[in-house]
Amino acid sequence: MTAPGEVTREAGAADGTRLLEATGLNLRFGGVHSLAGVDLALDRGEVLAVIGPNGAGKTSLFNCLTGVYRPQTGSIRYLTKTGAMLDVIGRKPHQITRLGVARTFQNIRLFAALTALENVKVGVEAGQHTGPVAAMLGMPWARREERESNDRACELLEFVGLTHRTNAVASSLPYGEQRRLEIARGLATDPQILLLDEPAAGTNPSEKRDLEALISSIHRRDVSVLLIEHDMRLVMSVATRVVVLNFGRVIAAGTPEQVQRDPAVIEAYLGSVDDENGAGDAAHG
Amino acid sequence: MSNVDATQNGAPRKLAWWRSEPAHRLLTFVLVGLVAAVVTGPEGTQSDYAYGLKQSVLKPRVFIYLALALGLWAAYEFGGRQGWGGHVSDQLKPLRAGLRQRANRRNVRIGYALLAIAAIVLPMGLSSFWQAVLVTEIGLYVLLALGLNVVVGFAGLLDLGYIAFYAIGAYLTAYFTGRLPITPPFQLNPFLILPLAVIAALAAGIILGAPTLRLRGDYLAIVTLGFGEIVYQFALIKTDVTGGSSGAFNIPHFSVNLAGVKYMWGLDPLPYYYLVLGFIILVVILFSRLEHSRVGRAWAAIREDEVAASAMGVWTLKYKLMAFAIGASTSGVAGVIYASNVSTVTPDGFLLQNSIIVLVLVIFGGMGSIWGVLLGAALLQYVPEALRDYVPPSDRFIYFGALLIVMMIFRPEGLLPSRRRKFEFALARTGLVEGDALTEPLGGPVAARSSE
Repeated sequence: MTAPGEVTREAGAADGTRLLEATGLNLRFGGVHSLAGVDLALDRGEVLAVIGPNGAGKTSLFNCLTGVYRPQTGSIRYLTKTGAMLDVIGRKPHQITRLGVARTFQNIRLFAALTALENVKVGVEAGQHTGPVAAMLGMPWARREERESNDRACELLEFVGLTHRTNAVASSLPYGEQRRLEIARGLATDPQILLLDEPAAGTNPSEKRDLEALISSIHRRDVSVLLIEHDMRLVMSVATRVVVLNFGRVIAAGTPEQVQRDPAVIEAYLGSVDDENGAGDAAHG
Repeated sequence: MSNVDATQNGAPRKLAWWRSEPAHRLLTFVLVGLVAAVVTGPEGTQSDYAYGLKQSVLKPRVFIYLALALGLWAAYEFGGRQGWGGHVSDQLKPLRAGLRQRANRRNVRIGYALLAIAAIVLPMGLSSFWQAVLVTEIGLYVLLALGLNVVVGFAGLLDLGYIAFYAIGAYLTAYFTGRLPITPPFQLNPFLILPLAVIAALAAGIILGAPTLRLRGDYLAIVTLGFGEIVYQFALIKTDVTGGSSGAFNIPHFSVNLAGVKYMWGLDPLPYYYLVLGFIILVVILFSRLEHSRVGRAWAAIREDEVAASAMGVWTLKYKLMAFAIGASTSGVAGVIYASNVSTVTPDGFLLQNSIIVLVLVIFGGMGSIWGVLLGAALLQYVPEALRDYVPPSDRFIYFGALLIVMMIFRPEGLLPSRRRKFEFALARTGLVEGDALTEPLGGPVAARSSE
């Protein structure tokens, strides 16, 4: 478990260790081809952005990677903590989470009636072992785990800047803070990879700047980030590499600058990539 | 607590005509009072259908009901949050906050101790009829409700066959005391049957739950309903195993004979009351700890958003099974005490109606709130018994039903709702999340709500 703030490697350095390798993903819903042969790889230390117009298959891809959907063909392999690559097709979301893959949701899915602290604790406690009997009897190790969970959750709330909201009910928080709380909850599961599904959607410009800083600091904590985002300014500023999806296919990949100049991408975004805001608008429309 | 009030998140709730204004509310109360006066009066006869109505004009009964209606109206207008009662209550807020701060751990402990002493001492003064009611109608059902609260209140699973586990505990007692047509390998004191009942009910809960807990809300309710019915029909029909409709009788009482301490429970209900009370206190302590542990939080997470819980690494099926098994084993323990106390077990005690009543106790008290369920179950089980002296005994459950309807209209979250549930209901009113806590929100793998 990496303590908050502890940096085990040079900040943001990609060392070439493959964390995630997805090949030939096909996902169909009836006649709709949501993903058609998507390949995706993520190395340690990367911030990889997945962009594309609405309906391109971005969230479907996320749902496959986290075990919510099961693609008909293809393989998804994660680097486990023991150093082996493990195929996770057919595994349940909670099993994949335990491999070190955390996520947030496009439309925030916090535990609405739980406090901010409790929300984060649920994530921390995924890796704990206290069972119902030990909890009922108040065994010493159950108490110790409870304390650890409290401490770590408080640290994470501090990390995302929500210490002042510790005991506030999640649903009572402003939108931007709910986004950050969801990120803290994801980080609580001690991931190697954090999947952010449109973290900037619905946030105002100042919240976007905070988010940019937050993603950079997550990156510095040695957590690699896979990001779906429509906001081009954010993508260009935080992503180290960009993959563009359209109609369930990868149409371009490369550095933000390369992707921005790619004719296929410009076409997908109705030719408005040069104008950053225009690209964002086209994607939203 | 009111920071998720309906008014903050959107348009304020529009009230129905009959409760929108004081005058409307007065009219409603009066009308309900009049109807109640007529309904509780003498019945019509074959020759004169309006006899009851005629007998309701200008009788003292009518005035009593009208006075009651006026009183309730006045209490609602002036005593509630809306009237000056709410104003006074606001004025007293700083005082209450001060009191709460002073209510430190020691005072809370003293409060619990006083409560326990009251629960021990007060029943001594009751007649043996009421002591018996305290055991079979109130105590055991409180225990049942506390167990079901884990399933329904904590984990948000709807179980309509809960009484089956009670039956399993009771029939297991009959079996191991040799009172069933089939002979057990050895006979046991009911005390030793308790752990066996825990294991048997636990196993039954897991056997029922493992294949069915993938289902959601309504579907799970139907499956559990079927399970309850199977257990009931088995007890009724398999005469050569369960004794059929005449059941088992002469089940021995609890007894202790250990290290020189000898005691026999008998026909006197008071010792049984203390036994049940002991179990209730134990269960309250254990389940309170459970609620605020890793396990309790995982349940709350599953209840609120199963997909998100799963994404946070919570193995939802395992936790649902756990809730099912813990609830079932509580019910099994209650079944053993029941069988030994009344010394007779027949299938009639384990009808669907009993399952529903236990569920009603949980909802009435406040799902997920241990103290709410405790209070609600005790109160609600007391009502039909108390009515015995005032209304024709056969009519008691009409009033019981009316009480439930009124309660669900005015306070759907229950008597003493848990903090989490209170928020869920507040959110439900704003339409942000589903408030019907028994059905899980739509979603899951099929409708993962992606806009892609």
